[in-house]
Amino acid sequence: MAVWRVKFTKTKRDKLAQVLWILNWFSVLTGAILFSLGIFLKVELNKQEEMMADRDIHYVPNMLIAVGLIACAINFLGGKICYDCVDTNKFLRWKLIMLPYIIFTFFFTFCVLVGALMCYTMRGELEESLNLGLTQAMKFYKDTDTPGRCFLKRTVDILQIEFQCCGNNGYKDWFQIQWISNRYLDMTHKDVADRLRSNVEGKYLMDGVPFSCCNIDSPRPCIQQQITNNSAHFNYEHQTEELNLRMKGCRQALLDYFTHIMQSIGLTVLIIWLFELSVLTGVRFLQTSLENVLKQGDPDSESDGWLLENSFMETARTNLNIIKSLGKSNQIDDGNNGDPNINVPSTSIANYGPDNVPPKEAPEAS
Amino acid sequence: MPFMPVKFNSQKRVKLAQGLWLIYWLSVIVGIFIFSLGIFFKIELRKRSEMMDNNESHLVPNLLILVGLLACGINAFGGKVCHDSLDPVKFAKWKPMLKPYLMMCCGFNGLLLLTGLLCFLMQFAVYLTLAEGLKNSIKFYKDTDTPGRCFMKRTLDMTQIEFRCCGNNNFRDWFEVQWISNRYLDMSNDLVKDRVLSNVEQKYLMDSVPFSCCNPGSPRPCIQHHLTNNSAHYDYDHRIEELNIWTRGCREALFSYFSSMMSSIGILVLGTIILESADMAGLKYLTTALETMEDPENPECESEGWLLEKGVKETFGDLLTKMKTLGKGNQVDEGGDAQEAAT
Repeated sequence: MAVWRVKFTKTKRDKLAQVLWILNWFSVLTGAILFSLGIFLKVELNKQEEMMADRDIHYVPNMLIAVGLIACAINFLGGKICYDCVDTNKFLRWKLIMLPYIIFTFFFTFCVLVGALMCYTMRGELEESLNLGLTQAMKFYKDTDTPGRCFLKRTVDILQIEFQCCGNNGYKDWFQIQWISNRYLDMTHKDVADRLRSNVEGKYLMDGVPFSCCNIDSPRPCIQQQITNNSAHFNYEHQTEELNLRMKGCRQALLDYFTHIMQSIGLTVLIIWLFELSVLTGVRFLQTSLENVLKQGDPDSESDGWLLENSFMETARTNLNIIKSLGKSNQIDDGNNGDPNINVPSTSIANYGPDNVPPKEAPEAS
Repeated sequence: MPFMPVKFNSQKRVKLAQGLWLIYWLSVIVGIFIFSLGIFFKIELRKRSEMMDNNESHLVPNLLILVGLLACGINAFGGKVCHDSLDPVKFAKWKPMLKPYLMMCCGFNGLLLLTGLLCFLMQFAVYLTLAEGLKNSIKFYKDTDTPGRCFMKRTLDMTQIEFRCCGNNNFRDWFEVQWISNRYLDMSNDLVKDRVLSNVEQKYLMDSVPFSCCNPGSPRPCIQHHLTNNSAHYDYDHRIEELNIWTRGCREALFSYFSSMMSSIGILVLGTIILESADMAGLKYLTTALETMEDPENPECESEGWLLEKGVKETFGDLLTKMKTLGKGNQVDEGGDAQEAAT
């Protein structure tokens, strides 16, 4: 009982081979698309690497790049095989390779599926990485004179302007750190000294934010200093004022951005996976129908093509037995307590040649 | 004596036809490229039209779009003619159209030349429009409650951030304009009242700039207010401080952006003229080579192709006499008239 038996005439087989050849070349293109999607994701992650703490998130783009390259190679080989399958003579060249190729590609498509699913699972690790990275970046915002951190201020400012966000969770994060360097604070001034002393760690904290938090949609000029002090500004109520500063936190903004990219990439990879699977099914049909044609002997005759020769259960059982016997080939036969010398009566009939051959003339013994 | 004759045998003719077909399709792609550049330029002008008082001239992008479409059409036709040229039956269909087609190509080259020149000359117009437009933008920055101008603040802030510039000529333009609306000024405050009264036009002027002038690359947090007052900030000298706010003016920044765009488009258009001329020359050679075949039935025979049937001077002379006779065609022939009157 074959799974999904289909009859193939010669013309049908040839057409199938040609269509599969074109589809395989199309799959090479989709493999290249996978590769470039991996590269794109890697570049985007690298652009924001200063905002991410050391976490192993680069395995997703690396996996996509590797899968893309392997897909190109496999489909290139598949295209070559299908091109040769139109001619039954050339098929003989590929006959032995085709079944292993199909099995290998079938397991490879699982890798493609895993790649697609990884895109969706990366979100949790990314969030943690961004949380830590942004906290660090904001802490070192003022250290523009420390080698290795001079450009962190510029990077954070540009990030807040470009992604239209402020702080880690919100703008209040800036109230908890000192983001003005001591070199620009007049330590002799009374107000400055008071503020430093009022704090346990001697930090100059204030309810002000950097200019990059300002929202360009605000109808009034940006209020950056004394944000929580309503009386410091005319006609200002900080609890109801929403357009003055950016309300979104940068962690959320970056997370949304990357999640959007990865969802699109994940969807594309899923579609590519389905496409690869369908091409593989076509190649399997082609392989079985050509093998049956060879068995029948006449290259122009009709033949059957199928997915599996027997039903799923039987095929699974046969394969399991093959795997078991592979494992058992080293084991000793346990039947007679392992002693090979015990005489086991033979149940087969001994064959000593045909019955009615006349005896040869015995030579005269001298 | 034909101008620049070249001998063609059958193989050379086939090669010329195939090569010319490829070049025509390349020209179609170039035409599509010019069309898309025209669209891109139009979109860019629209995006920044608020900075130019909505007064900007869309002549150049419209011309580019037109030229791109024409180039596609003309070159696709040329490619079809080349494709059919090796089949005498099909080619006979196109033969009568060739002369007007080549004249049209000449005219199209003239149009390309005009477009290329305009790309370079219109830059002056863009400069003047920008100067006027930015002056008005800065003046209307505070009018976020006036319908039609509510988004001027947003657009100007975005432009200053994107193009890394401040003000029209430089940041001091902001000192001459009141950029904080009266609705956010506490008129009962003495300081505010003094400042407003100290000015002839009763404007609230100060030596501050909007936050969008701030340079993120500055090592210290941005100083926007009291820019010329050294004592208002610790360790600050406004004459040597260069990294605090952007020092470039927005007119210069926007102009250099548009000027580089227009110059590269102009160079591309002038390059297209050369490509189109090569197309025309190739087509002329091919058609004359096919026409001068001694034995039309024998495709293997040799033939000669040329650019002009007579020399350059003679061709111009012929053209001039033709144009004169066209002009004279309406005039009554005096000799014949007199004879008629006599009989």
